[in-house]
Amino acid sequence: MATVVQLPIELYESAVDPDWCPGCGDFGVLKSLKMAASRLAINPKDMMVVSGIGCSSNLPGFIHAYGVHSLHGRAVAVAEGIKLGNHDLHVVVTGGDGDGYGIGIGHFIHAMRRNIDITYVVMNNQIYGLTTGQASPTTMKDMRTKSTPRGNAELPINPIALALVSGATYVARAFSGDPDHMSRMIAGGIEHRGFALIDVFSPCVTYNKLNTYPWFRERVYKLEGEPGYDASDVRAAVNKSFEWGDRIPIGLFFAGLQPTYEDSEPAFKKGPLAHQPLGLDRAVFDEFVEEFA
Amino acid sequence: MRELTVGIGGAAGDGLDKAGDTLAKTASRAGLYVYAYNSYQSVIRGGHIWLRVRVAEQKVHSHGDRLDVLIALNQDSIERHAPEVFAGGAIIYNSDKLKLDPSLVRDGVLPAPLPIASLTKPFGKVQPVMQNTVALGALFFLARLDFDTAAGVLADTFQHKGQAVIDQNVAIARAGYDYAKESFVQLCDDWKFTGVRRPFITGNEAFALGAVAAGCKFYSAYPMTPASSILHWMASHADRCGVVVKQCEDELAVVNLAIGAGHAGVRAMCATSGGGFALMTEAIGQAGMTETPVVIIEVQRGGPSTGVPTKTEQADLNQVYGASQGDYPRCIIAPTTTADCFHTAVEAFNLAEKYQLPVTIISDLLLSEHPETIEAGALQYDVPVERGEIVGNWPESNGKYKRYAFTRSGVSPRALPGTDNTVYVAATDDHDEEGILISDVFTSPAVRRKVQEKRMRKMDGLLRELPPPVLEGPPDAEVTLIGWGSSYGVIREAIEQLAAEGIRANQLHFKYLHPFHSAEALDMLRRCKKTICVEANYSGQFARHLRAETGFTVEDHIRKYDCEPFEPRQIATEVRAIIEGRERSLDLTEDEAREMAYHYIRTRLPETMRPGNVSRREADGLDEPAWEVEIVSRETAEKRGELLIGVETGTTYWWRPVE
Repeated sequence: MATVVQLPIELYESAVDPDWCPGCGDFGVLKSLKMAASRLAINPKDMMVVSGIGCSSNLPGFIHAYGVHSLHGRAVAVAEGIKLGNHDLHVVVTGGDGDGYGIGIGHFIHAMRRNIDITYVVMNNQIYGLTTGQASPTTMKDMRTKSTPRGNAELPINPIALALVSGATYVARAFSGDPDHMSRMIAGGIEHRGFALIDVFSPCVTYNKLNTYPWFRERVYKLEGEPGYDASDVRAAVNKSFEWGDRIPIGLFFAGLQPTYEDSEPAFKKGPLAHQPLGLDRAVFDEFVEEFA
Repeated sequence: MRELTVGIGGAAGDGLDKAGDTLAKTASRAGLYVYAYNSYQSVIRGGHIWLRVRVAEQKVHSHGDRLDVLIALNQDSIERHAPEVFAGGAIIYNSDKLKLDPSLVRDGVLPAPLPIASLTKPFGKVQPVMQNTVALGALFFLARLDFDTAAGVLADTFQHKGQAVIDQNVAIARAGYDYAKESFVQLCDDWKFTGVRRPFITGNEAFALGAVAAGCKFYSAYPMTPASSILHWMASHADRCGVVVKQCEDELAVVNLAIGAGHAGVRAMCATSGGGFALMTEAIGQAGMTETPVVIIEVQRGGPSTGVPTKTEQADLNQVYGASQGDYPRCIIAPTTTADCFHTAVEAFNLAEKYQLPVTIISDLLLSEHPETIEAGALQYDVPVERGEIVGNWPESNGKYKRYAFTRSGVSPRALPGTDNTVYVAATDDHDEEGILISDVFTSPAVRRKVQEKRMRKMDGLLRELPPPVLEGPPDAEVTLIGWGSSYGVIREAIEQLAAEGIRANQLHFKYLHPFHSAEALDMLRRCKKTICVEANYSGQFARHLRAETGFTVEDHIRKYDCEPFEPRQIATEVRAIIEGRERSLDLTEDEAREMAYHYIRTRLPETMRPGNVSRREADGLDEPAWEVEIVSRETAEKRGELLIGVETGTTYWWRPVE
């Protein structure tokens, strides 16, 4: 992993200031993403940040790079189309838990199964923030929210386990309270060839009074410092993904190399689709027409 | 005009498609024109299939009204369709297995029984499907089609199975041909075989070919009848034309991937039917808001809901027109003929890129799936490619690049991601010239007003570019038939039939549904004497659309929602009834009652039965008259029971077996 800062972080400064609540975990993610881009020396014109809808999905407006702020739940699908359209771009998807693990979970699973080379950073605050505090797919069981006044009856999604069994080839977790560590996780994901998930504990200081910075600080520990942990062993990673309670692991759960979806696509041998000339060879067209005779 | 219509009836799995294809390609290669329609059902094996192949010396625009030759592959088909064969025609069937009741045969129709077992005996044990090949051989003699051409088609069809299989097929067809030559007289005079090679192609294939000719490099889809054949063509030709074909998890993904690829600068297309389109609608608004070029094909089938998946209808116009929340610029095109599908695909990409918006092509099962012979020059290699304003490079000295710059035309020069100095965000939240959100805390009523006007201004230029509708036929005709999309050809043939009967009709047909040439349309409509809107839906969706766009209320309607395509005779008959002020009945006809009885028997009673006499009885006790259908033994014609079907409601009141 490249660790030398090669491009100034100011390069990624957007004209628009974030509209997040003071103290929101998403500030840490924005900072970490910029650090990762600068660490990898990615020219802003070569980076495409795609989001859905939600507080965290406003992120593309706050970083100087190409961006698409798409529909709720559809960020991964739009990002896949962009990557297949121009695979020279570094495609990073940023969004929230409702966007990715709720309304968009189908695309999330299938994109991992394809091992398409995009990096997905989920700002997981375990609540719907933009809509002012309803239960999300990762809200803990029994937690009271505006939509679950008697306590949440459902189990939370386990994104790490889901990613591991769905074929993601880079699966990590980070915490907004540690942007430097997070930036290394994100940079690793961008450098990785294949689908990378970085699930981030990004506390909502306004609507989630349970999973707060102190709550996480007391619990998180880094897998990097864990003796004997082998991030190339997917079964060990699955086991680890179930650890939740007094100790919660962050860091790289798993990384492995598998062919990407793009590797299987012969049309890419001539370069990105967006750069290829339009139309058909005359001979090929004539062959096609002859098939109908 | 010399023409001949062959109907092939059998069960799904009987190999009708191959037989129909061999016949159609033989006629088409000889230089004749062919139009085929397959009324198939959504089952892999068993259901009744009825394929009609119309062959003519001149271009034909529908499957017509005639039946000259019946090839019956099972007993149901011989019983159901034998009475429909016109005088001068023939009924070809396997006399080892099937029986032709002489009372079903009209005067002047030739029964052509084929002893399949003895004809195929020299070839050893052959597949049952070989009866089709014998029947085709006999047909080629009876209809004076060229056997050598047919042998060439068989050779191409079975090329992948090797020479032995080709030889066997040709020899078996020859056996059928020779047997017919010894046993029967030919049905018609010689055709004028011009030998001109023309494409025999479906609308979906034409869409796909047009798309790749126009530079489509990305195609996404989720399997859905009747759009799937575009996916199949694209997938099987992808390697040769460099298209990325992506089957996705659902239509939400399909359209969003296409929009992503379109955003990256690729000509991207997707297709689906009504149900899939319903899932796509939010994203189509996204393409409108982010000003992303994308082409979506909506191939209608019978609706609503899962509806009638393997049959045709034109009832998704409201949905396509109403797709997505909010006002946004878009284009809706309804191609009118198979050849037009090719050109529409090309046009759709050009409009999508020039005006940076979603273009929806609305087709239907009939147009997308029926194959026909089109003119040799219809498929052109060098199609026009117009990409609109794309920023090639943007030196820093140009200042800040504004992706959504407010321009007179409403079109803002588009920079493709990866271009230097033009970094921007495309947002589904409304945004200003630079792409910065105006929603939430930044809301500015003035900017919202101006950005909405900017986007919608694109529609003015787009409308100017689209050709206005044309009134075809005599301008002073007593009747004007109005239609849209796929019904162009069948309405045209209905008008020819009406002309032959002394009724002067003209045709006002619409291809460009949005934006709409309201002023031109109204001007023409006002000059029409009597207007009748012909469309394949229950509520008259296009007539309503026309009224909304012009304020003009069409006087009368011919509507069809049984999910079978229009036929020229039916339209002409209804036009006459309207002109003569006769009431048009929606009652169940005797033929329809018999068809319902067949369905009832096949799903609930043994194969050994068939419908016998059908008679009408008055209400007595019911609140409507009814069709009394005798159900008889196939073997002995002995009555086994009766089925009572309501004439007005179609209720199946009872099945009463003979005790």
